[in-house]
Amino acid sequence: MNSVGQVIKVGIADLNIVRPPNVIRTSGLGSCVGVVIYDERMAIAGMVHVMLPDSSLAKSGHMNKAKYADTGITELVAQLKAEGAQSYRLKAKIAGGAQMFQFNLQNSSFKIGPRNVEAVKQMLQVYHIPVIAEDVGGSSGRTIEFDPRTCELYVRTVNKGNCRI
Amino acid sequence: MNYIEKMNTTHLDILKEFGNIGAGHAATALSTLLNKQIDMKVPSARIVSFNEMMEMAGGAEEEVVSVSLRIEGEVTGNMFFVLSLQQAEHFISNMTGDKSFSFRKAEGKSLGLSAMQELGNILSGSYLSALGDFTRLQIYPSVPELAIDMFGAIISYGLVESSRYGDYAIVIETVLKEVEAGCSDEMKGHFFLLPDPLSFGPIFEALGVGINE
Repeated sequence: MNSVGQVIKVGIADLNIVRPPNVIRTSGLGSCVGVVIYDERMAIAGMVHVMLPDSSLAKSGHMNKAKYADTGITELVAQLKAEGAQSYRLKAKIAGGAQMFQFNLQNSSFKIGPRNVEAVKQMLQVYHIPVIAEDVGGSSGRTIEFDPRTCELYVRTVNKGNCRI
Repeated sequence: MNYIEKMNTTHLDILKEFGNIGAGHAATALSTLLNKQIDMKVPSARIVSFNEMMEMAGGAEEEVVSVSLRIEGEVTGNMFFVLSLQQAEHFISNMTGDKSFSFRKAEGKSLGLSAMQELGNILSGSYLSALGDFTRLQIYPSVPELAIDMFGAIISYGLVESSRYGDYAIVIETVLKEVEAGCSDEMKGHFFLLPDPLSFGPIFEALGVGINE
């Protein structure tokens, strides 16, 4: 997509920061939500690949902040500010949170997609970060790539085509 | 202490045997169904990071055909039977006799998809009932669901329970291959069994080994 810059990869339950000419990507979002928070003026963006809605779900002492919506967004905002982003200028684009399977809907852990989306939105509200665009829910897996120069989020799916939001 | 830290090689060997028995029965079922010789590779039972898991079977973005189900009962977890598109098309052609079957064509697609679904039902059913007989544990599979999507998006559903305990999962993987297909890497099916963290205790107990041994 960009011949000069590099693609910064964000793994599952992972986060990272990007500046032009690089772009940032995470692959294979199912129930997980990819959250991009950016400061357009500073041309800086961060992405977190959220797996679970809330860090209170953790059963052990070990904490990977990037795994949860609450701690992941808090950490990403802190890192962006440390890099010079202004909190009042921060905006967000989100994608993911699909419900790909119907099995055991009574088991709440399998409504995880919608729960992740809700938790992400709540947390963004806490930081007064507006959601400028979203491609969430449905039943398709997604790969997303964000370019901090254009502030466009490219969403690729297998079954529903590709789009820029 | 985390359940993963308690795992030793004996535990992993037992899980390997678990995979061996299940996939052995599934291979026999597949062989009967297709009337072809099916080869099964030695299963592996591994502790993998989530990112390693996402990169199996061709990578997180790789489009695959999967029959997935949730296991409930005395053992809980998720199971995935994952095929490349080519392999799935090949199996479907074999079952329906439609030699030109392709996921890209609308013609004959619904029949092909239900044949694939049925294949998944039979294989996962024989895998899990063999495990149930072996361990005498109650294992109730959900209705398997067919999905054609990115591997990472599908398999991440199997990581949700483990993710509450850490950034690792234990996966029992078995590869089935048609003997005639030769050495082509495309032509194989993967079984991924991902028991939930709390299920390892009951599994080892049923087989007479404590988790703390």
